[in-house]
Amino acid sequence: MLGRTLREVSAALKQGQITPTELCQKCLSLIKKTKFLNAYITVSEEVALKQAEESEKRYKKGRSLGDLDGIPIAVKDNFSTSGIETTCASNMLKGYVPPYNATVVQKLLDQGAVLMGKTNLDEFAMGALGSDTGGSTRNPAAHCGVVGFKPSYGLVSRHGLIPLVNSMDVPGILTRCVDDAAIVLGMLAGHDPKDSTTIQDPVKPFTLPTLTDVSKLCIGIPKEYLAPELSGEVRSFWSKAANLFESEGAKVIEVSLPHTSYSIVCYHVLCTSEVASNMARFDGLEYVLGDKEEEPLRTVSQNVNIGQKCHRCDINVSTEAMYAATRREGFNDVVRGRILAGNFFLLKENYENYFIKAQKVRRLIANDFVKVFNSGVDVLLTPTTLRGAAPYLEFIKEDNRTRSAEDDIFTQAVNMAGLPAVSVPVALSNLGLPIGLQFIGRAFCDQQLLKIAKWFEKQVQFPVIQLQELMDDGSSISEIEKLASVSLKH
Amino acid sequence: VLNRRCVEAAVMTGLALNCRINKKSLFDRKHYFYADLPAGYQITQQRLPIAVNGSLAYSVCVGKKPSRVITKTVRIKQIQLEQDSGKSLHDELRSQTLIDLNRAGVGLLEVVLEPDMSCGEEAATAVRELQLILQALGTSRANMAEGQLRVDANVSVHHPGEPLGVRTEVKNLNSAKFLAKAIDSEIERQIHELENGREILNETRSFDYKLGCTMPMRDKEGKQDYRFMPEPNLPPLLLYDTESLPPGADPQQVINIDWIRERLPELPSETRERLIQQYGILPEHSFALLNEVGLLEFFQNVIKETRAEPKKVTSWVLNIFLGFLKQQNLAVNESPVTPSALAELLNLLDRKAISSTAAKQVFEELWRSEGKTPSQIVSEKQLELMQDQEALERACHTVMEGHPQVVMDVKRGNPRAINKLIGLVRKATLSRADPTAIKEILERKLSP
Repeated sequence: MLGRTLREVSAALKQGQITPTELCQKCLSLIKKTKFLNAYITVSEEVALKQAEESEKRYKKGRSLGDLDGIPIAVKDNFSTSGIETTCASNMLKGYVPPYNATVVQKLLDQGAVLMGKTNLDEFAMGALGSDTGGSTRNPAAHCGVVGFKPSYGLVSRHGLIPLVNSMDVPGILTRCVDDAAIVLGMLAGHDPKDSTTIQDPVKPFTLPTLTDVSKLCIGIPKEYLAPELSGEVRSFWSKAANLFESEGAKVIEVSLPHTSYSIVCYHVLCTSEVASNMARFDGLEYVLGDKEEEPLRTVSQNVNIGQKCHRCDINVSTEAMYAATRREGFNDVVRGRILAGNFFLLKENYENYFIKAQKVRRLIANDFVKVFNSGVDVLLTPTTLRGAAPYLEFIKEDNRTRSAEDDIFTQAVNMAGLPAVSVPVALSNLGLPIGLQFIGRAFCDQQLLKIAKWFEKQVQFPVIQLQELMDDGSSISEIEKLASVSLKH
Repeated sequence: VLNRRCVEAAVMTGLALNCRINKKSLFDRKHYFYADLPAGYQITQQRLPIAVNGSLAYSVCVGKKPSRVITKTVRIKQIQLEQDSGKSLHDELRSQTLIDLNRAGVGLLEVVLEPDMSCGEEAATAVRELQLILQALGTSRANMAEGQLRVDANVSVHHPGEPLGVRTEVKNLNSAKFLAKAIDSEIERQIHELENGREILNETRSFDYKLGCTMPMRDKEGKQDYRFMPEPNLPPLLLYDTESLPPGADPQQVINIDWIRERLPELPSETRERLIQQYGILPEHSFALLNEVGLLEFFQNVIKETRAEPKKVTSWVLNIFLGFLKQQNLAVNESPVTPSALAELLNLLDRKAISSTAAKQVFEELWRSEGKTPSQIVSEKQLELMQDQEALERACHTVMEGHPQVVMDVKRGNPRAINKLIGLVRKATLSRADPTAIKEILERKLSP
C-alpha cells in the first residue's frame, strides 16, 4: 500500500480496503524503521493519529473531503506548522513553535491530509537538498527516483515558507508520479491575499488530461546544457529521451540559451544578497537560541556589568556583541558564508557592480527562455543533475559551494526565470541509483508541462521503489543501518 | 502585505500638501541591527516614494493688535510609506534596555520638508499647521506627546549668500513648543561654535528639557551602510487616476487618485477663510478657533442656537470660555458648559434681560454647578435687569439729588466722576440696572 500512487491509495481508502488509521500506522512504523536515515526532524505521531482518526470518521459517514483525505504527507521543516516545532534544521530556530500554518500546509490539512512530520533539510535550505530555490526539489527527486515538481513563481503561496530567496523560492512538490503532483498542485495553486507575489486569480483543481499524440509538440534541447562535466550515463539517457519524442512524431530541435554560462554566478550574487537580508532577523532574541527550558543564551545586561553607568552607546555596543556571538553559534559555516557574501554585495560601493548587474543578467537569462518559447517550443528537455546520485563518502569530498555550483547547474536558471519545471525519474545508473530528466515549461503553463511529463513517464515505466518490502526483509536492514551509521558519524 | 488604508492616507496627505502623487512607487529594505528592529531591516521607500514636490503654507502673526498675518511656505520634498520599529526604553538605573515590540511593523508616513524655515517659531507653526491638516484629513491624530506625530529637526547655519552649513539632527522632541526651543538653542549653539573657530559635526543630538539645550546622542557611532535592497515581497505600488483606470478593475484592488481628491475634506486654511467670510470675524480669531480641538465645533453649535452677533459669540468663546478651560486645564469636550447653555446665556444678554456683568456671573455659576440653565440661575440670583425705565430715571434722579458734589465734578469735566454716580445708582438698584442705560440717563440729565 505504501508503494502505491496517491490516486490508488485514495481509491483504496474510499472503497474501504484500508482505513486512514491503518495507513497512518504503517507509515509511522516505516518511519521508525528508517530512523537511521534521519529523514525526519520531527515526527508528529499524535497529531497524525488524531488527523487519521478524523479522516476515518469522515469516510465512515461517506463524507470524504477529496482525493487527499487520509493521505499521509510530510512537510519540509522550513514550512511553518502550527503547534509543531519548525527549525529549518538550524540551531537558530531550535525550539521554535509557530503559531500559524503556512498557507500551503493549511490547504493540505483542509483537504484532510495527515501530517506525519517535518522532514530534514540542509540548514536553512542551503545546498543540494532544500525547497526549490535553485533546484532543491528537482535535484533530490532525481537522486531518489521520484517526481519533483517546481511550480511557476507566483502560482503557489509562499506565506509561511521561511524565506531563503524571496524572489526565487517556491514550494516544491515531491510525489511518486506526475499525476499525483498534478492533484496536489490543483489544491495548492492560486491567489493568497497573505502573499503579495501570488497571481491575482484563484485556481481550480484540475484533472490532468492524458496525452496520446505528441506529434504537435515541439521539444527544445538547449545546447549550452551539454556541459563537459555531464556524465556519460546521463547524457545517453537524455539522448534516448529526445529520440523517444522524435520517434513518436514530436518535433525535437536544438535551441540556444546564450547566457547560461553566467547563470551560476548571477544566481550566487542575488541569492546571497537576499539571504543576508532574510537572515537578519535571527538574532537569538525573538527566536530564542538555546534550550527551551533554559534562559536565553545571553541577555544584554549580562554583557554590561551591573552597577556600571550605562550609556546608550554601551548598550548598542553590547547588543552588537551579543548578536554577533549568537549568530556565530546559531548558524553553520555555509549560512555564515552566504550572509557575509550577500552583505558585501549590498554595500553601497558594491551595489551597482554586483547586485544591479546581477539583476540585469537575470533579466537576460529570463529573456533567453522567453525567446525560445516564443519561437514555437513547448517544453525544454534537459538533464536534472550532472550524474546519478553519489554515495555519501564520495559526496562529502567536495565542499558545499562547489557541490551546489555543480548540482544546481541545470536547475537554477529556471528559478531565476520563475518558470515551472519537473524532474521525472528515467532509469537507474550503473550503481543502481536513480537518474532523472527535467522538463521546463512556459510561465504559468504548469498544466501543459505536467501533461507532457506524464506522457513521458508512461513511456519510461520507471520502477517504483518498494521500501516496505525492503524493510520487511529483515536481513538487509542491519547492513543498511551499519553503513548509515558509519557515514553519518562524520 | 501592503495596508490599503495606509496607501489611501498617504495619497490624501500628499494631495492636501499639493504633492505630485507618483503613480508608481517602490519599496526597499533598509538594513541595520538594533534591538528594536526585529527583522533586522525596515521596509521603506528609498528609491521612489509615493508623493513628491509639495508645499505647506503656514501663517505667522506679526505685531500686536491689530496683528498682521503673513503667509509663508515650506516645500515638501517627499512623503514616503515605511514601517515603524519597536520602542526602546532605556533604564539607566538598572543598566538595561527594555524593548516594546507592539508598534513594530505598523505603517508610518514620513513627511520630509526642505530647509526653507529659519527659526523655531516658523518650524513650530508649520508643524502645528501640519497637525491640523492631518487631523482634518483623519489620517492621524498627530498628538506629539503621545508619539502619534514625531518630529526630527535638521538644523544648520550659514552666512547669507553662502551654501548651507553642516547640519545636525535633533531628536526627542515631544511638543511644538520644545521643537521651537530646541531649534533656537541649536542655532545659537552652532553660531557660537562657528564664531569661536570650531566646526559643526554632522551628528545626532537630543534635546535636554531640563537644561534647555541640545546634547550629543552617542548612539550612532560611525557611518552606517544600510545596504538598501528592493523589497522582494512587495511588488511596485501602482496607483491610477480616472483616465488610466483599467476597465473592469476591481475597486477593492485599485486606488483612484481622482476619487480620493474629490472626497478630500475641508482643509484648515479653507475653513479659516470660510469662517472669516461667513461670520465676519478677524483672521486671528479664525486661527484661534481652529487651534483647539473641538473648539470650532463648539463655536458653531453656539452660533446655531443664538441670535447674538457672531462677533459677540467669538469674544465669549475665545476669551471667557477658553479662559475657563485653560485655567482648569480642560479639553473642550470636558467643558461643564454646553453650547446650548452658552447660547441661551448669550440670548439673554442680547435682549438685554441681563447686564454683561451679570452674564459673567451666570457663566461662572454655570461652570460650577451642572444641570442649571442660565434662566434658572438668573432668577435664583435675581440678576434680571430692571426693565422699568421710569423707576430707573427716578433712581438716577435720587442719586443726583443726594450727591451734588459729584454732580459738580461731572459738570466740571472730570471724566471719572460719572462712574461714581453710575456706581451709586447701581448700588441703589441692587445691581439690577444696566450700567449702559444708567450712564445714558445720567448723561442726558447732566447735559445742559
